[in-house]
Amino acid sequence: MKSRRLLPFLPALTLLAMLGPVIAGLYGTVMPAFGHLPAAGLTGPSLDPFREILAWQGLPRAMWLSISVGFISTLLAFTIVALVVAGWSGTRVFRVLEGALSPLLSVPHAAAAFGLAFLIAPSGWIARIISPTLTGWDRPLDLLIVQDPWGVSMMAGLVIKEIPFLLLITLAALGQIDTRRSHAISQALGYGRLTGWLKTVFPLVYMQIRLPVYVVLAYAMSVVDVAVILGPNTPPTLSVQIVKLMSDPDLTMRLQAAAAALVQLALVVFALVVWRVGEIGVAWFGMRWVARGKRGKFDPIVGKFALFAGATSAIAIALGLAVLCVWSFAGFWGFPDALPEQLTLRNWMRHSSGINQALCETAMIAVVVTLVALLLTIGCLEVEHRHGLRVSTRGMWLLYLPLLVPQTAFLPGLQTLLLNIGADVGRLPVMFAHLVFVLPYVFLSLSDPFRAWDKRNSTVAAALGASPDRVLWRVRLPMLLRPILTAGAVGIAVSVGQYLPTLLIGGGRVETLTTEAVALASGGDRRAIGVFGLMQTAAALVPFAIALFVPAIVWRNRRGLKNG
Amino acid sequence: MKYLGILAALCVPIASYAEPNPADWDAVREGATGQTVYWNAWGGSTTTNDFLAWVGKRVAEDYGVTLEHVKLTDTADAVTRVLSEKQAGEDDDGAIDMIWINGSNFAAMKDADLLFGPYAEQLPNWAIVDSAGKSVQTDFTVPIEGYESPWAMAQVVFVHDTADMPERVGSMEALLEWAQANPGRFSYPQPPDFLGTTFLKQVLVDILPDPLVLAAPATDENYEEVTAPLWAYLEELTPNLWREGKAYPATGTAMFPLIADGELDLSISFSPGAASTAIANFELPDTVRTFVLDQGTIGNASFVAIPYNSGSKEGAMVVANFLMSPEAQARAQDPAILGYGTVLDMAAISAEERAMFDGLDLGIATLTPAELGTVLAEPHPSWAVRLADDWASRYGVAQ
Repeated sequence: MKSRRLLPFLPALTLLAMLGPVIAGLYGTVMPAFGHLPAAGLTGPSLDPFREILAWQGLPRAMWLSISVGFISTLLAFTIVALVVAGWSGTRVFRVLEGALSPLLSVPHAAAAFGLAFLIAPSGWIARIISPTLTGWDRPLDLLIVQDPWGVSMMAGLVIKEIPFLLLITLAALGQIDTRRSHAISQALGYGRLTGWLKTVFPLVYMQIRLPVYVVLAYAMSVVDVAVILGPNTPPTLSVQIVKLMSDPDLTMRLQAAAAALVQLALVVFALVVWRVGEIGVAWFGMRWVARGKRGKFDPIVGKFALFAGATSAIAIALGLAVLCVWSFAGFWGFPDALPEQLTLRNWMRHSSGINQALCETAMIAVVVTLVALLLTIGCLEVEHRHGLRVSTRGMWLLYLPLLVPQTAFLPGLQTLLLNIGADVGRLPVMFAHLVFVLPYVFLSLSDPFRAWDKRNSTVAAALGASPDRVLWRVRLPMLLRPILTAGAVGIAVSVGQYLPTLLIGGGRVETLTTEAVALASGGDRRAIGVFGLMQTAAALVPFAIALFVPAIVWRNRRGLKNG
Repeated sequence: MKYLGILAALCVPIASYAEPNPADWDAVREGATGQTVYWNAWGGSTTTNDFLAWVGKRVAEDYGVTLEHVKLTDTADAVTRVLSEKQAGEDDDGAIDMIWINGSNFAAMKDADLLFGPYAEQLPNWAIVDSAGKSVQTDFTVPIEGYESPWAMAQVVFVHDTADMPERVGSMEALLEWAQANPGRFSYPQPPDFLGTTFLKQVLVDILPDPLVLAAPATDENYEEVTAPLWAYLEELTPNLWREGKAYPATGTAMFPLIADGELDLSISFSPGAASTAIANFELPDTVRTFVLDQGTIGNASFVAIPYNSGSKEGAMVVANFLMSPEAQARAQDPAILGYGTVLDMAAISAEERAMFDGLDLGIATLTPAELGTVLAEPHPSWAVRLADDWASRYGVAQ
């Protein structure tokens, strides 16, 4: 009975949890950006904060970095994914690559970035392995690879992390489209596999994955942790500069930070508009290309190149994790030795207590937030089911909105706002901030299987006299155990990886594995980074393993349910 | 007699809101029991983090104080926090109970009345601090007046790998010549990192004919003229830096892996014992040694301060006092632990306590107090602020 009264409120509550902090944060950003910050005794409106941020000599470069890193990394990752799927979907090679990339989706951005840095630096693992036998280097070259001023290594870090995400999104979209017949017809007409796919299936797929692609673009333009680890420092990206300004002892710097946050927001909006215009352009050229009827003689080369790029990104993440692992056990490890002189457990012992604390904090936040997200999501989906509602495109936009607004645009405002109303920083506000990012992913991950559930089960159960609540608890949820656990794992992985919300809203008091790992970046202790990076990855990966094994055990005697 | 009841009634609320009196140590200890102290301290170094964790264990055992290390990437974050709490009217129980602090952050907080005190000179262990011989009463020329208590001494040393750079250099001019002959083998942390800013000050102190001008605050009139030699120096040095000065290490400890890999032959450190500690932790090769300049190098003390709005001032004072105890000081000086210089006067402690210090093996890369030579005073903090800003606009944004 209780849940029936509560149910209708859940969608509203979900929207509030997802959008409330974003809107409040933007409000908290706009006010100081125009010189209004009562906490510092300043009342606006004034344009001085914008004048000051425009006077910063680093601004043009920082803005350009945001734009170039965002566009190039998104375009690269997206092109590689589209070409790999176009050229290889349905083949055995593709299944291998898919199997390799899927678990990498949950590797936190910070850990992947550290791994990449330890690989490609002039003294990285790659240089160590090929030196001195192949190169003759007995010292690392004085080359600016990591933290290069053009942001190339930062782009690489983002590309390898976004490829698994875009690939899985594309695969999910493919599941909703009948590709078999398009494929058969285009092949019968003599089109190459890749060209045929791009001409017939791609437009349908892109319609489905447009919003996630926008999310990737907005994320890449405003990411902080990857930029701190791999990005340049002279000057840093705009988002890193915002975080630096936020931590200046001079409170008036927050005005500049807020103004810069609005510049960042405008940049992202601008980039999304440009991308949208680009879509129209691509569509126009695409129509012409389709009409010309070229069958695609370069297909094999392009396909192989894309596969190579996809495989490289998977290998880069895997090798990155491997080198984190080696560093975490390393004794002295000079250049150009391929492996440390001795392996030791000392690094792990040294950090064991710190790790335990951070792990508990991380787990507590992730589990609570994910449970709340699951509850709200299931509630929304159940309301949708019982009232026969359908989610419109506009509804999907609402779902993606918190992921499209750059974190650096609203989180500083949220922190200032919390401060102004005297709310304590700490674990609870951090949980609310995490919920903003966890909810959309949990919702997206669970909604398809929830909606795809065969409604005849519910009809049968109702015919046997079960109430709607009983149907939900006794039939639907148990049958959906696997997708629910998977959505939970997604939620935990998202929460574990959050850096900026934990840092800003936690006021430094909330120390998770991610904030600890990124804080270690400035100290440069590679052994400590290895230990924390690995633990962070494990915290995100273990729930996926649970989501895989628990249904197999619970439903060992129900063959039809084992695979969801 | 009949007023006694009223008096008592008046006293109770007053007593519970009154500031603790540092001179009444028994009351401080009593008040500290059960308190949780949030110590905001730079968290980028594993060895310091381990030491702070040990301090937490010890004060919990002896005084029932729970110490939480809030790891900062930049001490300025903590200053911001207290400042914004004051603006927001959070005057009784702020998020921060203690800050590892010195220099411009201390000057800023003291100036803005954000600190509790004076308390330092009332702490029992102040009696054994070497207040005559060590700079523990002024912090970057700013009078301390009991608003922060010292816990470690630091001095600039240069760290070199003798396998690649066998000879020390005696002056900043010599360092420049060496860098020109060995391009790409030296770097310093990116200002406003404190060690990076210290490097700028060290250059200035060493190349100025009369560094005394730095003891007074920088003025708009003299700043340009005094610092001109520094910028001329950097113009020549920067193209010969690691990565041609297009990127800088984030912090001092971030340079250790670069030395271990052979990317750098020379770097700078603010902790004479850090190199030995890093060798023990496999972070540096055992061929690394340290040296100081002929004219001496800049030195200063690390302090802890208590924000005015801490809700656990007694607990923080107990921790501050423990940090100045022979036990904590000897542990901090052990190069296997931290390798920080002590603030204590060896003559003021008992023979038994002195034995703890004498028994320490300072490590192969650590200079003896005699070898460390002259400790030069820090310039007034106004110089550091301007230098860091100026550096950022010259080198911090690629042109």
